Amino acid sequence: MLPALDEEVIRHRIAKRIALDFEDGAVVNLGIGIPTLVSDYLPEDVHVLLQTENGVVGAGPKPEKEDLRFIGAGGRCVSLLPGSSLVASDMSFGLIRGGHLDATVLGALEVDSSGNLANWMIPGKMVPGMGGAMDLVTGARAVYVATTHCDKKGRPKLVKECTLPLTGEKVVSVVVTEFCLMRKVDGKMTLCEIAPEVTEEELRANTTMEYDVSPDLCPMRGID
Amino acid sequence: MAHKLIKPVMSAEEAVQNVKPGSSLMVGGFNYAGVPYTLIDALVVQGTKDLHLISNDTLYANDQHPEGIGHGKLVVNGQCRKVTASHVGLNRETQRLFNEGKMELELVPQGSFVERIRCGGFGLGGVLTPTGVGTIHEEGKQVIEVDGKKYILEIPLKADVALIRGHKADRWGNLTYFGTGRNFNPAMATAADLVIAEVDTIVAEGEIDANDVVTPGMLVDILVLKGDGYYASRT
Repeated sequence: MLPALDEEVIRHRIAKRIALDFEDGAVVNLGIGIPTLVSDYLPEDVHVLLQTENGVVGAGPKPEKEDLRFIGAGGRCVSLLPGSSLVASDMSFGLIRGGHLDATVLGALEVDSSGNLANWMIPGKMVPGMGGAMDLVTGARAVYVATTHCDKKGRPKLVKECTLPLTGEKVVSVVVTEFCLMRKVDGKMTLCEIAPEVTEEELRANTTMEYDVSPDLCPMRGID
Repeated sequence: MAHKLIKPVMSAEEAVQNVKPGSSLMVGGFNYAGVPYTLIDALVVQGTKDLHLISNDTLYANDQHPEGIGHGKLVVNGQCRKVTASHVGLNRETQRLFNEGKMELELVPQGSFVERIRCGGFGLGGVLTPTGVGTIHEEGKQVIEVDGKKYILEIPLKADVALIRGHKADRWGNLTYFGTGRNFNPAMATAADLVIAEVDTIVAEGEIDANDVVTPGMLVDILVLKGDGYYASRT
């Protein structure tokens, strides 16, 4: 069993670590849940352009006063930063699919050894629809997955092979959980950073995904 | 002097009489923004059934709003035979009716959804997109390889009627949009036989600078001024 961390600690740790990966000037799409928190942790000298798939390029934080004419992709109101622009859906998805986004950050139900991602449906359950997720994972230059290491029943979410319907085939670039950062290197998922609460053996015992260990394996960055 | 370039301004009730039983119906909007709320409310009162609703989402229907919001009401009111959308997770009735076999549901990735509409309106036979390759969305569709890369052939979507939402219209039907209300509206304006635009204000021709027009009036058939409903007045 992996140590149980506080849920808020987990969420913020993952978001903070992902934020460290973004360079000044990057164009990024953030999904709902943990990915939304990433914008809270961008270093002050890193200006990132947040894109929402419904048509904002340059979205800011939730405004104090709700205005339903400015909606973000998750259905929350957004503000517009100076320099932002508003586009229609065909342009928005042209930006996404056309490789104009540096990164997208999404949640996961399963990620596997090949970098396959499943995050949109569980057969037999209510099917909400894929929304823009399939386009985002196909088109963004880097796909970041922000997820807890295991599900609520303690089963690994970093699996050998996805069993749930895929959102995208071999699309994942980086996976960040509360315990590690895995990066796809030469087509293989590779453990690059590990959290102080776990050993390599413990991590492997709770990860069915096949992965290499980076020769530069280091403590997970961003943990105070 | 009235002429055909001057578009009729109608009440919502009058305008939605063009929606007939069995019609395919595009409705603009993403979540709360860019939704023709007044037209939808009139269509709910009219009660036209057997519709094929083509809209990105079906907005909300939940404990707070069991009657639904926006075109979510068309689903709750049992007026849809089929829904084509990218995301329906916020409307519990869409899911229930589908699961009980009472309504057809076609889910399309959002980028493919808008491209299918654009194909419908732009005279294209389809579009090749890498989105969905290697997923269950590929099932039943043609996969075409170009330069060694796989693409799914997505085919055009058209409709009998489009209900769209603009910001400002002039009497020729030229439209501007506001905020995130643009979304699918400009694409839908090209892809339906009859386009009804609900707008915040209607001005005389020439009062919108041609540089600001997003949807040219030639695509718009009927103008309706938005009403004072809760969401119409807040968007």
